[in-house]
Amino acid sequence: MSANNVSDLHQVSDRLAHNAMRNVSERLIELLLLAAAAVSVLTTVGIVYVLVSESIHFFQNVPFVDFLTDTQWTPLFDDAHYGIMVLVSGTLVSSGVALLVAIPMGTIIAIYLSEFANPKVREIAKPVLELLGGIPTIVFGYFALLIVTPLLQKIFPELPGFSLLSAGLVMGIMIVPYIASLSEDAMRAVPMSMREGSYAMGATKLYTAIHVVVPAAVSGLAASYILGISRAVGETMILAVAAGMQPNLTWNPMEPAATITSYIVQVALGDLPHGSIGYQTIFAAGLTLLLITLAFNIAGQWLRRRYREAY
Amino acid sequence: MTPMTTEQIRALIARGKLKDTLFQAIGILCLGIGLLVIFLLVGDMLMRGLERLSLDFFTNFASRRAGESGILSAWVGTILVMFVTAMAAVPLGVAAGIYLEEYAKRNWITDIIEINITNLAAVPSIVYGLLALGIFVYTFGFGQSILSAGLTLALLILPIVIVSTREAIRSIPAMIREGSMAVGATRWQTCRYHIIPYAMPGILTGVIIGLARAIGETAPIITIGALTFIAFLPPVPFTATGTDGVSAGLFDWVMSPFTVMPIQIFNWTSRPDPAFEVNAAAAGFVLMGMVLSMNAIAIYLRYRMRKNIKW
Repeated sequence: MSANNVSDLHQVSDRLAHNAMRNVSERLIELLLLAAAAVSVLTTVGIVYVLVSESIHFFQNVPFVDFLTDTQWTPLFDDAHYGIMVLVSGTLVSSGVALLVAIPMGTIIAIYLSEFANPKVREIAKPVLELLGGIPTIVFGYFALLIVTPLLQKIFPELPGFSLLSAGLVMGIMIVPYIASLSEDAMRAVPMSMREGSYAMGATKLYTAIHVVVPAAVSGLAASYILGISRAVGETMILAVAAGMQPNLTWNPMEPAATITSYIVQVALGDLPHGSIGYQTIFAAGLTLLLITLAFNIAGQWLRRRYREAY
Repeated sequence: MTPMTTEQIRALIARGKLKDTLFQAIGILCLGIGLLVIFLLVGDMLMRGLERLSLDFFTNFASRRAGESGILSAWVGTILVMFVTAMAAVPLGVAAGIYLEEYAKRNWITDIIEINITNLAAVPSIVYGLLALGIFVYTFGFGQSILSAGLTLALLILPIVIVSTREAIRSIPAMIREGSMAVGATRWQTCRYHIIPYAMPGILTGVIIGLARAIGETAPIITIGALTFIAFLPPVPFTATGTDGVSAGLFDWVMSPFTVMPIQIFNWTSRPDPAFEVNAAAAGFVLMGMVLSMNAIAIYLRYRMRKNIKW
């Protein structure tokens, strides 16, 4: 055995000799990584803490019943009213319009891509949809205000310059990629043998898609719709730019109205002192928004479990 | 049931095929609308904003006169905020992803973290703004600074980075880990020298998609109260600030007030003077250019990855 080899062996045993130290540092690294993973939990805790603690201050000044039943939202006026329904109506109407666009369009695109399109079209279409989904919402807001609203005014001359309709339509276009891509994934996960069975019975592609593939993928479709609803309810900039920001209790999409999100933006643009009641309203509004999205998500998870089909 | 004649069967088949073709046409139409929106958006902004797209536009501050306004403070702000975001989100997200894939035991802590990440992805972005307003701006006292904005956006994109890290790690076969551990490497050494390098392209794709999302986010940054009219740049490290000859420290810029591209666009679209619409269009085009090129890089990286990796 040469001297060289002996020293090599010596080095190896040295490295192994540090075992105790090595275990300590391994343990430390694991704790560090765990801490990083815990940041996401801290974020949730932080969100709930901030929203709830500021809202508690808010509800010490405003009765909870007024908050739910008042038909006016004028927190910054001398004669202050805090009726959240005013903002909720704007949010629901704009989301409704958006979903009327996004759910049919997204589902049709998903069925087309998963059942009809050849692989080449799919390879091109999916990235294009992703690009559409990646467009900043402020740019969509610009699009709604300066392109879609003038176009709509040619069809409905009485449409005002700000409306829930044009904001909602553009929001719908924005949500299409999310629904299309998730629904397509769900439909592609349906086993080929089910389609083959249907084809063998003489069914057409469309019949197979609607009566075999869609029912089999329904829990995935529901999940994609729920995500679409969350997006629509939480969308901010399109509404802040194109729907106007005056609180308006209305169910008519042709009118301008403020939503929960655009109200928060409006207050944040002003200069409200920290701790004032006006400052607390945005947290109460934010809490309402979070509860609405949470309700939809819980409903979605329930639906998914209820209709899950396993193959 | 009477048997059908050949003609009737032919007619039935023809009807079925017609429906298939019709549906395909509708599918292509829906996809076409998406594509049309992208073209309309980019085209309109380019046509409207072309007259302002010159070098001056990039080197001028925002001004009360539309013709002299530029986006200097906005694009510098965007780059600095993105830098802070990446510095916070990448280490945290990658560490969390590694923990969940390589270290986490199946227990309730892991379950909580996983449910959390899924739910955080559905939280509206403006709620992160409220979190940041309560925690970063007032509790930690960071103020309306680049640091607050960067950290807010980091929390926002953390789920994206974590999920893409996990997917990238999951696609690495177990034999890599076994090989590494068989020659005596510890868990961390396996991660450090094998898992992270192999997962790098996937992680990078996720980070770019996350940053492309963050770059267009407006709502959370408005919520923390970022000013919209900024006619100065953050202090450059080691240069004199003001008149007393004190130089700025290496990290003074992170506490500086700032504006970003989307806020500048929002500011310009909300002015009544149509001359500012031209500025908004030009700035929107620049922002779209940033976002689309980031997305294109991510899509290309993923495409390359799929082609190259064969275990």
